[in-house]
Amino acid sequence: MNSLNRNFKFTRLQLTAHILAWVPLLVLFWDYFGDNLGFYPAQEVTARTGKLALIFLMLSLSCTPLYTLTKYSPVIKLRRPLGLYAFLYTSIHLLSFAGLDYQFNWVELLPYLLEKRYIFVGMVTFILLFLLAVTSFKWWMVKLGKNWKRLHRLVYIAAPLAILHFAWVVKGNLFGLSGDIIQPLLFSLLAALLLIMRIPPVKKAIIAQRNRYLPSKKIVISTKSRIKKTDTSIQ
Amino acid sequence: MSKNKYTSNPLKPSEITPEHLYLNRRKFISSLGITSAAAFLAACSPQVFQPTAALENTPAISPDPTKMGEQGTVSPSTMDEPLTDYEAVTNYNNYYEFSLDKQEVAPLSEDFKTTPWTVQIGGLVNKPLTLGIEDLTFPREERIYRMRCVEGWSMVIPWLGFPLKTLLEMAEPTSDAKFVAFQTLNDPEQYPNLKNPSFPWPYTEGLRLDEAMHDLTILSTGLYGKELLPQNGAPIRLVVPWKYGFKSIKSIIKIDLVDSQPATFWNSIAPYEYGFYSNVNPEKSHPRWSQSSEKRIGEKGRQPTLMFNGYAEEVAYLYEGMDLQVDY
Repeated sequence: MNSLNRNFKFTRLQLTAHILAWVPLLVLFWDYFGDNLGFYPAQEVTARTGKLALIFLMLSLSCTPLYTLTKYSPVIKLRRPLGLYAFLYTSIHLLSFAGLDYQFNWVELLPYLLEKRYIFVGMVTFILLFLLAVTSFKWWMVKLGKNWKRLHRLVYIAAPLAILHFAWVVKGNLFGLSGDIIQPLLFSLLAALLLIMRIPPVKKAIIAQRNRYLPSKKIVISTKSRIKKTDTSIQ
Repeated sequence: MSKNKYTSNPLKPSEITPEHLYLNRRKFISSLGITSAAAFLAACSPQVFQPTAALENTPAISPDPTKMGEQGTVSPSTMDEPLTDYEAVTNYNNYYEFSLDKQEVAPLSEDFKTTPWTVQIGGLVNKPLTLGIEDLTFPREERIYRMRCVEGWSMVIPWLGFPLKTLLEMAEPTSDAKFVAFQTLNDPEQYPNLKNPSFPWPYTEGLRLDEAMHDLTILSTGLYGKELLPQNGAPIRLVVPWKYGFKSIKSIIKIDLVDSQPATFWNSIAPYEYGFYSNVNPEKSHPRWSQSSEKRIGEKGRQPTLMFNGYAEEVAYLYEGMDLQVDY
């Protein structure tokens, strides 16, 4: 009964995540074909998908810290799909920039790789996310063994690079704290928090704190049964 | 004049001046053998002057009195690029005092108060002036200019305005005056984003005196034959068509003649990205946006960006001997 409940919960959480991930894309298509993207549609598509990619990358990165905090294990299962959605939006972002905006004019685009730091950093981020996306399946996990985990730690580099790319693309100076910096700054703080919570001593301290507030017993997920369980445990 | 002249269906240049008329005039002008000088003569005349890069587009003045624009000026006739839709010009705006979102500016600026409004002209001048916006009764001309934003997009806008020179000459700059410094209104009550501390408010801009005195440099109080709307910098703004759009400061309250290069808004935020001159230059790359090509709003694809935004013929001499890779 318990495991059934849990199973149901797990699918519902995943289902919600998948639906939430596709909605922005549907809205984007709707807006694009309904001519509802303002006066520079290509740029709007690029900006929107870039922001979405960043959001999904942050969401994917927040699974582990969330588990550390709550011991709520189903979130762990969201890491991979959320990461893959981050890659999906990154790919659309890149296609929109190169295709919609620049009509794949490589003569103009290729020099930008070296000429424009934000494009260089953005491409590096894309390549990293591409590597992680293609190796995210079980087959690769088995094949790479221990190295799989090492490889996937590259996301700790990809995330800050993605934020740097964003900070450099808006009209501001993040390091001088001037200009259009509020959003890049918020993403930076969030990413810093999510990464710091992974550092072993920090993680240990968080778990110690958590155990003071949460019963060390396994938490039962279903609300109904939790009330029952706690009741019996008190008795 | 008809207020809705341009709103629905902009006139094509060919509809304004019969082709044979301006072809004839072109022949006449080139027969003088001094085409660029003629361009400047045309610019000095009280009539309209339509500058373009190519010589064969030497300014032509419509002789047809039925095409007279507001206040007796003549509609321009040689810009062969279509005007950007009025809708886009008035709804796609960079005006950071209101919002960082271009399409939020128009709704947020609806209640912007442009009267009473005074403009102070001071600093190194013999006759400091404080003028109410109603005192600025110089004859207005229509100027169709390309507007190239540093962000890699552009528009073609029919401005109404008068040369900045007219106003500066009234104030009589002294011989020490070398630069002109401009300032936008600094009213947190009216500008929601002035609370954002990451910008060095108020907005300021600057020109070298010779740039400010150039015939192409205008103060604009209208566009598309109508009064300027707040999102476009009402009641009075600068338009310097050969420089990136941010140089064309909006809603001006102060103009000071000074002896050294003044601090300017974007330059003080990121000097490596936004030079004091900020002339449109496809050869000088920007760390962020493409400067070699531009997206003309309302059109498909991109087009190459022209040196000095297509006004090289008129302004290149101002920068003779300067290395534009250094003084960008």
